[in-house]
Amino acid sequence: MASGPASAEGGARTALPARIISQLREILGPDGVLTRYEDLLVYEYDAYMDRALPEAVIRPTTGQQLAAVVQLAVRERLAITARGGASGLSGGTIPVRGGLVVDLNSMHRILKVDPDNGLALVQPGLINLDLTTAVTPLGLYYAPDPSSQKTSTIGGNIAENSGGPHCLSHGMTTNHIVGLELVTRDGLLCTLGGPAPDAPGYDLVGLAVGSEGTFGVVTQAWVRLLIAPPVTVTFLAAYETIEAAGAAVSALVAAGVVPGALELMDEPSIQALEAAFHVGYPPGAGAILLVDVEGLPEAVEEQEVLVRRICEETPGSMVVQYAGTQAERDKLWAARKGALAACGRVAPNYYLCDGTVPRSKLADVLGTVRQLGIRYGVNVMTVAHIGDGNLHPIIAFDALEEGIIPRVEAAHDELVEACVEAGGTITGEHGVGLEKRKYMPLIFTPHDLEKMALVRDAFNSTGLFNPGKVLPDPGAETAKVAIPIGIGAAIGPDTWV
Amino acid sequence: MTTTGPAAGFTIPDPPSDAAMGACVHCGLCLPHCPTFRELRVETASPRGRLHLMRALGEGRVEATDTFVEHMSLCLDCRACEAACPTGVKYGYLMEATRAEIQARRPRTGFAKVLGWLVFKQLFPYPERLALFAGFLRAYQRTGLQQLVRATGLLKRLPGKLDEAEALLPRISSRFFEPKGSVPPRGALRKRVAFFAGCIMRVAFAETNRATVRVLSRAGCQVDMPEEQICCGALHIHSGEREQAKDFARKNIAAFEQSDAEWVVVNAAGCGAALKEYGELLEHDPVWAERAQAFSARVRDFSEAMAALPQEGAPPALNAKVVYQDACHLLHAQRVHQQPRDVLTSIVGVNLVEMRDGDRCCGSAGIYNLTEPEMAERLGANKVENVDQTGADVVVSANPGCLIQLRAGLEKRGSKTKAVHLADFLDAASRD
Repeated sequence: MASGPASAEGGARTALPARIISQLREILGPDGVLTRYEDLLVYEYDAYMDRALPEAVIRPTTGQQLAAVVQLAVRERLAITARGGASGLSGGTIPVRGGLVVDLNSMHRILKVDPDNGLALVQPGLINLDLTTAVTPLGLYYAPDPSSQKTSTIGGNIAENSGGPHCLSHGMTTNHIVGLELVTRDGLLCTLGGPAPDAPGYDLVGLAVGSEGTFGVVTQAWVRLLIAPPVTVTFLAAYETIEAAGAAVSALVAAGVVPGALELMDEPSIQALEAAFHVGYPPGAGAILLVDVEGLPEAVEEQEVLVRRICEETPGSMVVQYAGTQAERDKLWAARKGALAACGRVAPNYYLCDGTVPRSKLADVLGTVRQLGIRYGVNVMTVAHIGDGNLHPIIAFDALEEGIIPRVEAAHDELVEACVEAGGTITGEHGVGLEKRKYMPLIFTPHDLEKMALVRDAFNSTGLFNPGKVLPDPGAETAKVAIPIGIGAAIGPDTWV
Repeated sequence: MTTTGPAAGFTIPDPPSDAAMGACVHCGLCLPHCPTFRELRVETASPRGRLHLMRALGEGRVEATDTFVEHMSLCLDCRACEAACPTGVKYGYLMEATRAEIQARRPRTGFAKVLGWLVFKQLFPYPERLALFAGFLRAYQRTGLQQLVRATGLLKRLPGKLDEAEALLPRISSRFFEPKGSVPPRGALRKRVAFFAGCIMRVAFAETNRATVRVLSRAGCQVDMPEEQICCGALHIHSGEREQAKDFARKNIAAFEQSDAEWVVVNAAGCGAALKEYGELLEHDPVWAERAQAFSARVRDFSEAMAALPQEGAPPALNAKVVYQDACHLLHAQRVHQQPRDVLTSIVGVNLVEMRDGDRCCGSAGIYNLTEPEMAERLGANKVENVDQTGADVVVSANPGCLIQLRAGLEKRGSKTKAVHLADFLDAASRD
């Protein structure tokens, strides 16, 4: 398991010299610096499995404070790991080299809303859903909707370039960020892009989004706001086999339909869901698609007819249900989002995969997933943002079963490899973080990785921003799969897959 | 990493299981629902952080230090996180066990010890002593002594937080409520119920108890009132006095076994949650586990009972703009949300509105406003502001702590809105 310099069991105290602590307090005030062991303990985790203690936690309220802290940290060679909702699944906020954790939750304000130009200026600690809630009265919304949007922050979404069911039609976070202010290695605030359309020069915003905190710490962001679609309709289409569902997806894509969302559940997940929630799915279905069509009334009406016809006419189609009311829509979506909670019915532990594949290879890879489950003797249930080709096979297992963990690890490795072989990649929306560094050489040559490191170092030559993340780092490899202590029955219905 | 044994570091007789402790997957979906996290925005003031510290206590990675206790004490035990948790972590139960563990490891000392002994061991276990004590308080409030004491600033010189406690003292009822015998139904018998009278409710909300019985009787209930019933033990559980609470639970179960009424009706949210969880409190007691479960299954909040007994004859009527304030232990612990609203909207003339952040704790939380006055004040101020913004004539709630907190806050704000218990409101609206 990962451990920083201050990470020791039982009663470890901060190793940070009093001199540094008092300088931090001068910058941030007494409440802005946490050093007590009990306080540091709750900053050793995110939603991934590894743990590491920071030496201090700082809670800035302004970009200037943070810049001053970074200057100090660079002088003292302290690692800096930023943290928002800490809901990440790849360990992006775990301070593996100790140092400072920057808790951005106190920077959670919406600084400006410009409805005429569809823009807002926000602080990084703002919760994703709070932005949409705040601009809903203006008829606007913020499109990227990771399923963790109730708790994940805009800053974290930027770091991970987060996705979500409705990114199919509107793109990932990177398509919705037009400007950033961040503190870089010199402890100065640096502006990338901005609210004006088409910023000249290098697209550094695009580079910084998804950099997982290794370029610096974002202190504010200009984000795009969209006009809320006036009409949304939701379909549930059940198929005899997963191949048939895959064919329906291909037919929709070929017909030029881009639904607002296009989700898939395979047979094991349908069965688990039915046992857990009694949703009333068509008995015997081998796969279910969930389709959102949204837009202006006329366009939706036209697409609705087309989607329905394609879904029904695909061979192997069993039944197409249509949600007419918001309540029915919510019910269908609640069931989809409950898929992971339902895996608690299957086994007490799980390991969640986050790979992507080209849509044309979906049926092949889903077949491979099923075979892997059989070969390694583990239950694999798959839910997917199928429209994006983003698969989430969930390996359900019991950690107490002898010899299970190496099998789970091997199955997971092969799942990732299968995605890569099909022309896909190692992560769809959860980031590389700690978890997937070892897979980076599957898709990049040493030369590719070296260029990435050079770009990172242009912002972060001191290597102090989120060290040990994204790029392979042989000196800091952590255990391959750590099973969290007593990890519970399941992750739940609203959790982000 | 390997799975550890049962929350090994816990020394109390019935430690939480490792599975219950380990159920949290750190997803963070509880955070935006936690009142203290929303105020302070720091992980130690979040349910996920507290659970991690509890687990660390069990693993021996942390001791029950002052800092640890501070983080646990700041929790309102409102259980909004539990209602929001997708994994089903039993947060309330774990927090209560942790508080018991804290009591076991570092018993109260000094003034807190004396006060704890007085309140938990001498007062609450004996209804007659509690009544006697309340009688003194009533005399104190009515004779002008209260004004005198407050004017002299005497309380500030006494140990502890007596001055703050005194400021929050509810007005003691003129005539206490004594559970005894049975009240017949008005008209034909529709349901037999037994009424749980509480302890604060008996002495500070006696009229509300009487109103509850009247309303139930009008609805066709025969209302049994077992005499041997005592305090529900909720405050004890929340303060880590679990063994005392178990004793109360056994006495109450035995008392209500005397009545074969289908439901045990309770009109205080905190008591209701405690009674519904007797099954869990006594699950390791071989003699009482089954009886406790059977008892808990009979418990209904007053609003649940009334929503299940639709009005016969002329509907109640009262013209008022009403906002309903969810008590945490109804909304989150018992998951009762719709029934009180249904009961209110069944009243002719009621215009029911909702307030902003209605699902957030008012800051009363048992004795929290004494132990954490600063946070209680912040949350209370938010709550009454949200109530006030609705422009409602009346804020209806169903818990004594909420009503005390709301009344104090509304008065301080100079608001005209009245805070009323659901039973009193329904009683006033009833037409015979």
